[in-house]
Parts: sequence; structure tokens; C-alpha cells
Amino acid sequence: MNKAARHDRLFQRLCLSAALLVMATLAGLLLALVIGGWPAISHFGPRFFTSAAWDPVADNYGAAGPLVGTLVTALGAMMLALPLAMGVAVFLVEFCPRRLAHPLGLAVEMLAGIPSIVYGMWGLFVLAPWFALHVQLPLLLNLDPDTFWGKLFNGIPNGANIFTASLILAVMVLPYMATVFREMLLTVPPHMREAAYGMGCTSYEVVTYIMIPYVRRSAIGAVMLGLGRALGETMAVTFVIGNSHAFPDSLFASGSTIASTIANEFAEASSDLHVSALMALGLVLFCITFATLAAARLLIGREAS
Amino acid sequence: MAVLSREKRRKIKNGAFVAATSLATVLAVGALLLILYSLLVNGLGGLGAHIFTMDQPPPETLGGLRNAMAGSLVLCALAMVMAVVVGVLAGTWLAEYGGTRKLANLVRFLNDVLLSAPSILVGLFVYEVLVRPFQGFSALAGAVALALLAVPVVTRTTEDILRLQSNQLREAGMALGAGKAYVIRAIIWRASRPGLVTGALLGFARISGETAPLLFTSLGNPNLSWHLTQPMGALPTTIFQFALSAFDDWRSLAWVGALLIAVTVLSANILGRALARRRDAR
Repeated sequence: MNKAARHDRLFQRLCLSAALLVMATLAGLLLALVIGGWPAISHFGPRFFTSAAWDPVADNYGAAGPLVGTLVTALGAMMLALPLAMGVAVFLVEFCPRRLAHPLGLAVEMLAGIPSIVYGMWGLFVLAPWFALHVQLPLLLNLDPDTFWGKLFNGIPNGANIFTASLILAVMVLPYMATVFREMLLTVPPHMREAAYGMGCTSYEVVTYIMIPYVRRSAIGAVMLGLGRALGETMAVTFVIGNSHAFPDSLFASGSTIASTIANEFAEASSDLHVSALMALGLVLFCITFATLAAARLLIGREAS
Repeated sequence: MAVLSREKRRKIKNGAFVAATSLATVLAVGALLLILYSLLVNGLGGLGAHIFTMDQPPPETLGGLRNAMAGSLVLCALAMVMAVVVGVLAGTWLAEYGGTRKLANLVRFLNDVLLSAPSILVGLFVYEVLVRPFQGFSALAGAVALALLAVPVVTRTTEDILRLQSNQLREAGMALGAGKAYVIRAIIWRASRPGLVTGALLGFARISGETAPLLFTSLGNPNLSWHLTQPMGALPTTIFQFALSAFDDWRSLAWVGALLIAVTVLSANILGRALARRRDAR
């Protein structure tokens, strides 16, 4: 073999090993979490996933509190972000004056560029006090605590609760979802839109009967992408969720998520079992987010994202 | 009440719909402006030369963020070197060698998943691999954690950029007798340089504000340190510590840090996009 061919082979192998490294990262991630979390899972058994106990003093840990907190905040964020993201995307594609579409789209995408910790500070120092004063307090004073609504909105009026965490998460995932929605709506063939307009449809009817059904599949993918982000988001949530391990009993109760629990306790974990329990929490989070993100990628396909 | 005609009802519905989508856009852009406004109002006042020349202070004394900024610079620079090497090579394999092979599609898929994977899990992974075995938090571990987060961004952008280069360019190189590796390095990479820079900038924007993966890898350090085997400070970890503290001057330093980080990340984002757009226009 001559020198050039050898050089070619070497370069190809170098590139291949870099690509394999990307794969190895994900495999290593899973392996490290399994190894790290195994002592806790084998020690507590299935109880680990159903118990809401989290007591570092007695070395007794259960994942249910943070797990429910993670799911509730992420789903809440999706309910807030989905209509907003859809609205933004439809507005930018259908109604926005052409000259404004680019700067407005850029502004929305810039929301994705703001670091998580900045969202956290803003949430803690700006959103939470405002929310406590103008939403929580009036509700607390005007609702009978024994009614359904009273129970739903019950909680210490300090603004650090599950709902504000969802609100912050919604703002954070909004740009990702809106950007994918927008790109998808742009793939709707013009003749379909024009045919519908030609039949006398209003914009509302064109969007809801023609455009959204056309992109339905990848729209679900975009929702899953946002969900995956919301599930694993750490710093912003840690600032505003109140960090209590109790099972949340109202919308305005403080709680915790898997990510916020790890962020708060890992560096100061008191015992080996505590570290292992946090690793096991990480494993749970890995499984949930991997499934969600994998589904998102399969639904969106490569081109639209 | 007069019964509205079908026409009228459709018109009203449509008007409400347009208004609702406009409202959504106003809310989204409003959120951005609100956050930027809070950053400026709370962060600008504390900004001064001492921020850059003094290390972080004990509570209730004057101080700056020098150690945290130096740490962030070192961590990000190290991470970017690692991420650009691995990411560009991996992206090159996907674009030039992988094609539509099963392995290539698998790598692409996993890379896309890693792109949005929770950063705190990457921190746990690096803790298991680089902190626990060596029994100590280190700047190197922090840099590796950041690099792992930037690699997927660089890989993805690199592949997309290389795919945009025309095959004629490759064929012209081959026709001159150059090997494939030489064509890629001397022609394709060179032609894609602005795009590769965009990838690196977007990767940098992704990691420079990251806090979660640093909490238990580089940990943080209240003093200026250049030792890669020791804990190292970083802006995000300092902000986290100061913002949740009970001291007003620590909190105002946290705002200054948040402003600096947000400005850095947003300008890296905008610069990266501007470069990408200039390439598209050409």
C-alpha cells in the first residue's frame, strides 16, 4: 500500500473513532448511572420508586416525591407552552408583516440562548415575589380553603412553588417548540393553503383544517422535544420550586424535581447510600428523557429539526 | 340579541384567532424584554473595574468576580478545544464517510438525543469517571463535562456544513490526484471554515452558561486558581452560590455575573448566526 492510501485510511479511522466516541458517551452515561445507582436500588428494592420518604438523617430514600415533581412541572410547562408556541409559530408564518418576521423570530430564538441560571435568578427575584403578591395572596384571601379551588391554590405565598417552576420552564422550552413548529408550517405546500383560501376559508380555517393537520406528526415530535428539555432542566427549577421533598398537595405547594434534588444535595451528600440514591434518581431521569427525546427525534425526522 | 349570521361568526372567530396568535408573540417577546430589562437594572449598577480586578469577597466586603471569570475562561477554552477536535472529526465522518449506513444513522440519532440530554446527568457521569476515582473535584473534570455538552452541537453543525459543499469541489480535488483525506482537509474544511466557526460559537454559547454539570466536577473555588487538578471557580457556580445567599452584596454580585454571562452567551449566539447567514447569502 502506498503512503497516500495509508494516510487516507488513518484519517478515516480517526474520524470514525470520534464518531464512535459520541456513541460511547451515551453508553458510558447509562453505565455510570447504573453502577452508581445500583447500591440504592438493590438496598431499597421496588420501594425506592414508590416511597416518598427522603430522609438523609435516617438514610432512607424514595424517588416518588421528586419523580412526581418532575412529571407535574414538565407537563404543566407543556400545557402553558404548547398554545403559546403554536400561536407564535402561526403568527410568524401566516399573519406577521414580512419585514417583522425575521427580527421577531430571532427574538423568540434568543429566549433559548439565555442560560438556565439567569432564568433561575429572574424567577427567584422578579417572578416569584410578583406572583406571591399579585396572584397567590389575593387567591388565598378570597378563596374558602375547604373548597376544591381553595385546596388547589393553597400554599405559602412566597412564589416558590410547582406552578412558578412550570411557568419558568414554559418560557424556556417555548423557543425550541416555536422554532420547530415554524419550520414545519413553512413546509406546508403553498397550493394546499391557496386552494383552501380559494374556497373562501378564513385564515383560522386554513390553519386549523389544513396546516396543522398536515404537520400533526412532527408537531407531536416538537412537543416531545420540549418535554424532554423541561424534564431535565435543572438550575432554573432549583431556584423557584422551593425544594421540599414532600409530596406536592396543591398547585402552589413547594416541591422538588429529580434534577433539582441532585443539584442541591449531590456535592454535600452525607453517606454512600445518599450518593447512590441520587445516582439512582439520575438513572430514572435518564430513562424518562431518553425515551422522550428518542420519540421526538423519530417523529420529527432529521430535516425539519 | 340578534342572531349573528354564519358569515359574521366566522369573521369574529378569525379575528379572535389572529388576536390570540399576536398575543402569544407579544408574550414571548415580552418575556425576553422583561428578562433583559431585569438584568440591566439589577446588574449594570454593580458593574465596575473592581469586578474584573478583585476576587470574590467574604460577605459584606467589597469584591469582584475575577476568580470566577478566569475559571470560566479556562474551563470553556479547554472544553472547546476538546469539543472542536472531536466534534469536527465526528461530523466529518458522518458527512464524508458515514453516508446512510446503519452505523451512521445510529450515531446521528444518538448525537441528536445528546443534544438535548439533561446537562446534570453529564455532570453525574463525569463525577463517576473523573472525580470519584481520583478522589477530588478538578477543573479538568469540569472541562470534560462541558466538552461533552458541546460535542453534539459541533458535530451536528459540522455535518450540516460539509454536506453543503458541492461534489464538484471534491471531484476537482480528486482529479488533481489528491487522496480523499487530503481533499477533506485542504479543500472541504477550508471552504467550510465560516460554518465550522459557527458550530464552535454555538457550542460555546451552549456551555458558557452551564451550571449543573460543574456543581460536582469543578465545584467552584473562592480564590483565583490555575491548577487543573484542583477545584476551579466559574461564573455560573458563583452566581448560584451568591444568589441563594442571604447577603445583599453577594446578591448584587450575582446579578452582575448573570448580566455578564447573558451578554456573552447572547453575543456568541448572534455572532454565530450572523456568520452562518453571511455564508448562506454568498
